Amino acid sequence: MFDFSFAASIFPQLAVAAITTVFVTIASFLFALVVGIPLLLLRRSRWQIVSQTTTAVVDFIRCTPILVQLYFLYFAMPEFGVRLSPLATGLLVFSVHYGCYMSEVYRAGLEAVPRGQWDACVALSLPRVETYRSIVLPQMIYPIIPAAGNYFVHLFKETPLLASISVVEMMFVSAEIGADRFRYLEPITLCGLLFLIMSIAAAGLIRTAEFFYGRHWRRAW
Amino acid sequence: MDVLIEARWLVLSGTIVTLRVFVLSFLFAAILALLLGLLRQSKHALVRGAATCWVEFFRGVSTVVQLFWLYFALPFFGISLSAETAAIIGLGLVHGAYGSEVVRGAMQSIGRDQWEAATALGYSRRQTLFGIIMPQALIAMLPPLGNSLVLLLKGTSIASIITVPELTFQSALVVNRTLAVVPIFICVLLIYYSIAIAATWIVRLLERKLGRWRPQTLNIR
Repeated sequence: MFDFSFAASIFPQLAVAAITTVFVTIASFLFALVVGIPLLLLRRSRWQIVSQTTTAVVDFIRCTPILVQLYFLYFAMPEFGVRLSPLATGLLVFSVHYGCYMSEVYRAGLEAVPRGQWDACVALSLPRVETYRSIVLPQMIYPIIPAAGNYFVHLFKETPLLASISVVEMMFVSAEIGADRFRYLEPITLCGLLFLIMSIAAAGLIRTAEFFYGRHWRRAW
Repeated sequence: MDVLIEARWLVLSGTIVTLRVFVLSFLFAAILALLLGLLRQSKHALVRGAATCWVEFFRGVSTVVQLFWLYFALPFFGISLSAETAAIIGLGLVHGAYGSEVVRGAMQSIGRDQWEAATALGYSRRQTLFGIIMPQALIAMLPPLGNSLVLLLKGTSIASIITVPELTFQSALVVNRTLAVVPIFICVLLIYYSIAIAATWIVRLLERKLGRWRPQTLNIR
């Protein structure tokens, strides 16, 4: 039933496509980490109109499916004269979508820093930048590792949606092989297994990161 | 605007299918989550291990790949599911695995003292579990439930990839036919957003109604 020689013959194709999948995951997660920062700052703005608008936009993006967002940008951008490749569109959508999640994660991390730390900084009359850079930020990182890692794995598992805007990644390649050879079982099973292995590996990596970072910072908690 | 009026029946039928998939897969996921959450607390290491493996498996494989597998690869084993059934089962399996973590967390949030008090009063293990722990745990599950519902709702859009005629699928169809990208997709995003808002609102209402049954120990953190 499961044709192992067929599976072995298509493995190289899937492995090459896996590079794209991993690239998209890592690149858009790094962008999302960056996008989250201005979003957080805007949400903490002193002007209510700015903070409330940002919160509304972030909520809207988080509550709507990433697939529709992908379609929307992919088909709508050319109407406004912006031409991006499918891959670039995917990177943009994933970065912004997960950037919204990251701003939420950062906010939780910021709130987890004990009040006394802020008070102490004021008492020592540390400049605001210095307060963030050397007191708040290092203490924020440890508590947000699990949540951020969770979203990283989530993002990874959502990358096959890119196949629907014809980015040549694992899902796209396996569906193509399936349609070509009229055998979906092997390519899709293989694709699923690769996802499983990589997401378990990523989860393990995150736990290791948490452990190593925790060795230095757990004392503060 | 004319486009929206013209396409209203397709969009409406898509919304109905989305709601149907959403509700049915939620019911399936909820049952699965409760079952898995209980099994993961089992006394027998073997049962515990099997439940953990099950959860890790379904959390690790991407939803997209899983739906694809159920729809395109399962027929090779002689089981053909309709697209909608495959979507409901697939989404239920994935989100049931996610939900089991919520169930486990909620059950662990019920303190040891409840178990001890029940034992002291002569309740059997089963009576304690279903009469004392579960009712409290169900209330403790409500806050994370809102998030899970939004996640599941966004997941239903993935069903469009295996040709379930739900909102995303229908809107892509309309866009293909009319080329009115912006109005259609904005309308669809708004529909998803309203469903998400409604779902979280219902959960919050339940939380308020049932909140007074919440034991005091839960509030002390």
